[in-house]
Amino acid sequence: MTSINLASRHGEALETAASVEGRSLWQDAWRRLLRNRAAVVSLIILAVIGLLSVLGPYALPWSYDEIDWDHIEALPPSLELGHYLGTDYVGRDLLARTLVGGRVSLTVGILATAVALIIGVTVGAVAGFVGGRVDQILMRFVDLMYSVPLTFFVIILMVLFGRNFILMFLAIGCVEWLTMSRIVRGQTLSLRNKEFIEAARASGGTTAGIIWRHIVPNVLGVVIIYVTLTIPQVILLESFLSFLGLGVQEPLTSWGMLINEGAAEMEITPRTLFVPAVFMTVTLFCFNFLGDGIRDALDPKDR
Amino acid sequence: MVKSGIHRLGRQGLMWSYLARRLAMGIPTLWVIITVCFFLMRLTPGGPFDSDAPVPPEVLANLRARYQLDDPLWHQYLSYLWNLLQGDFGPSFKYQDFTVTELIAQGFPISLQNGLSALLLAVFIGVPMGVLAALKQNSPRDYTVSAVAMTGIVIPNFVMGHILILVFGVWLKDTVFSLPAGGWGDGGLAYRVLPVIVLSLPFIAYVARISRGSMIEAMRTNYVRTARAKGLPFRTVVMRHAMKAAMTPVVTYLGPATAFILTGSMVVETIFQIPGIGRYFVQGALNRDYTLVMGVTILSAALIILMNLLVDVLYGVLDPKVRYDQH
Amino acid sequence: MISVPSSPVLEIKNLSVQFATPEGEVQAVSDVSLSVNKGECLGIVGESGSGKSQTFMAALGLLAENGTAQGEVLLNGVDLLKAGERKLTAIRGNKIALIFQDPMTSLTPHMRVGRQLTEVLMRHRGLNATEARDGAIAMLKRVQIPEPERRFIMYPHELSGGLRQRVMIAMALLCGPDMVIADEPTTALDVTVQAQILDLIREVQDTLDTAVVLITHDLGVVAGLADRVAVMYAGRIVEQGGVRDIFYRPNHPYTRGLLECTPSLDQVQTGKLLTIPGQPPDLQNLPPGCAFHPRCVHSSERCLAERPVLSAASHNGQKACFLSEGQVSP
Repeated sequence: MTSINLASRHGEALETAASVEGRSLWQDAWRRLLRNRAAVVSLIILAVIGLLSVLGPYALPWSYDEIDWDHIEALPPSLELGHYLGTDYVGRDLLARTLVGGRVSLTVGILATAVALIIGVTVGAVAGFVGGRVDQILMRFVDLMYSVPLTFFVIILMVLFGRNFILMFLAIGCVEWLTMSRIVRGQTLSLRNKEFIEAARASGGTTAGIIWRHIVPNVLGVVIIYVTLTIPQVILLESFLSFLGLGVQEPLTSWGMLINEGAAEMEITPRTLFVPAVFMTVTLFCFNFLGDGIRDALDPKDR
Repeated sequence: MVKSGIHRLGRQGLMWSYLARRLAMGIPTLWVIITVCFFLMRLTPGGPFDSDAPVPPEVLANLRARYQLDDPLWHQYLSYLWNLLQGDFGPSFKYQDFTVTELIAQGFPISLQNGLSALLLAVFIGVPMGVLAALKQNSPRDYTVSAVAMTGIVIPNFVMGHILILVFGVWLKDTVFSLPAGGWGDGGLAYRVLPVIVLSLPFIAYVARISRGSMIEAMRTNYVRTARAKGLPFRTVVMRHAMKAAMTPVVTYLGPATAFILTGSMVVETIFQIPGIGRYFVQGALNRDYTLVMGVTILSAALIILMNLLVDVLYGVLDPKVRYDQH
Repeated sequence: MISVPSSPVLEIKNLSVQFATPEGEVQAVSDVSLSVNKGECLGIVGESGSGKSQTFMAALGLLAENGTAQGEVLLNGVDLLKAGERKLTAIRGNKIALIFQDPMTSLTPHMRVGRQLTEVLMRHRGLNATEARDGAIAMLKRVQIPEPERRFIMYPHELSGGLRQRVMIAMALLCGPDMVIADEPTTALDVTVQAQILDLIREVQDTLDTAVVLITHDLGVVAGLADRVAVMYAGRIVEQGGVRDIFYRPNHPYTRGLLECTPSLDQVQTGKLLTIPGQPPDLQNLPPGCAFHPRCVHSSERCLAERPVLSAASHNGQKACFLSEGQVSP
């Protein structure tokens, strides 16, 4: 019986060990996400809707505010007239309006979420990292804000200051940042005490350097999840405001406004309600599936 | 059964003092809200009488005097606060024959009933849905529940409201399934069905989701494993050991849920033309009816604060580890 | 301790357990056979992932949703793997009881300790609340918990780790089971408390003549308590035998490695702690041949090609290795 060289044995074992460490956290998460069919489909659909909203109106024969003077009534879809999904009760092309509405809704969604992101991450990170009195004060403030019926205030603001596009996403952003700050604070707190921060400190890192190079990448994951889940909330809130008549000004339109208009015509032409409703609902579904998928990919527990 | 005397009393005593402290903290919050609201409304351009057709000057002067709009702002503020303490929200600017207190007294019970019904539906339908889904993970049952829950969360209540009105109020109008398309009538059941359903759907969905998630986690704990290893029948393990942990996130959710129900009522009451405080708020905001808007806002804020407090106390009852002296 | 062989309480024959995971199937236990006799203490030794716990979870039907088991598990002649859930719940806590590793998380936090005890008696013995309470308090006394009436109404978080583990033991003994399976009963406890718990287990075994299965990674625990030992690696038994035989004349390189890794006070101080080289086995990608060979100092080409099966060892037990005792422990 020959005895195999001990050194080569060990070498082999060590090499196998090294190759196992190779994949980073992000690559692992990406692979897991790709395996989630619902999330992948959602991502594709969202991309399609996004592209359609931005580029679609240029490709269509009718623009969103153009009235078809020959047909001032609600038409069923007709290819020859160029109204692929028909017209609304005034004679404007429904598809064009829906796509433009999509532009507005998605833009508000992204911008307001960006506002919420900036405020929320700042407050949360500072509270979590600095800790102590600052943390206590900030979190007291957040708790206070939770007790306030913020939507009421948004409505009041919109009423008082007019239907200003910029004001709208600022106001909505101010409502949504609370949850973001809590999450970021939680994540920062748990990270702060982890050993690798101590190690970074020990090897001479500055506070700012530590925040940038160690904390931010780890917080990023959680933030991405909540951004994906906040955008649909914002779109819902915006459409709610539009429903109340507090949304964007004519002739601009958003999904919420279209739904509102469509609802008024619902008995005669349900199409005017369903088209924007379906677009919006599908978008919201996809954001939610995607957000769930990202959450599972970054933190796999058997769901 | 011997009660461990001092231990029990101590904990209960702590609980009452916690309650008192929380109530005390709620009052300044409320006050801040009142103040911000007040000054926000008064300091912005445009007044309640601007939008309509021009009012003859004498009538205008009378109105302004009646509503004290000519007094200095501080004076208005203080007298408002004074009246508040006596339960007087002031006269409505729009519905000039009514005081806000009267309007609220009319509208609040209706909204309250609908809101409570919605919350009850959320718990009694949502929890079983979530729990049953959790117990058979990744089964068709589970996927159905998740899909239904997702739908409830994603479809906005005004879309759902219109669709249901279309279906039950128009298409099925002449069948036995017909339901009134709106209005409150005598407050009979037929008028409540659709609004309450529409109001409750997102909450049923959220509660189902939450309880599913927490039930899955509870079933994975070591102590549920022990309970199973003891030979207890499955139902006992679920109901007696796992359920409590599964319920706590649902209870926590009820606090913010109150706020959402209030905003949901705005939509539902507007679509279904129900004379509740949600609709009054919307009308008030659009008409710049200062006192009405403030009245509803203050009431809502008070409700939310109260509900959050109740939830925290309930939480302590459910979880024996919670200590009231740490807050 | 017992020289006269008595009939086995539990017989496991060719048990295999797999788990279906998104990354593929994981073979946690492969072809394990063992038996436990009345009044004896069988120690199961292995690393995390060796399959030692899952063997017994499978035996009692407590596997996770994605686990499946094949083979036979005979409790007094009845095959538990084929038994319905009803029968199994009647057996668990009653004829076979489990004690788990972490008393901190193994007791239901929102239920009083007493209730968690009485529910067992009420379920298996049909006692009413008062009778159950008396029985529970008596058992708390038996496991030497001071002031049992006071502890009875407490919540788990109000007790110390050692007391909680005693409660777990009490819970297991309430129905006078034929067998107790203790899964790492002392791992989560302080060293001093460990000794007390082990003494308690030994005492229970002596007085009640219960069969005990002691699952652990700690050889010291096994040395003090077990009569026989089974060593597991990568889901298989690699060596079985009497405790003294295993300790003094290990036939398997892994067993020898484990023994050498445990530092002792009278060891010659060489300045280095001994370890078994290499990585724990990846249960999804087991190497061909012997699962231990990548880490084995004595491995040969035969070990790569052929998997050794259990055969007679130089002591009265078995080993799964091609080497002889002399080659393993010269």
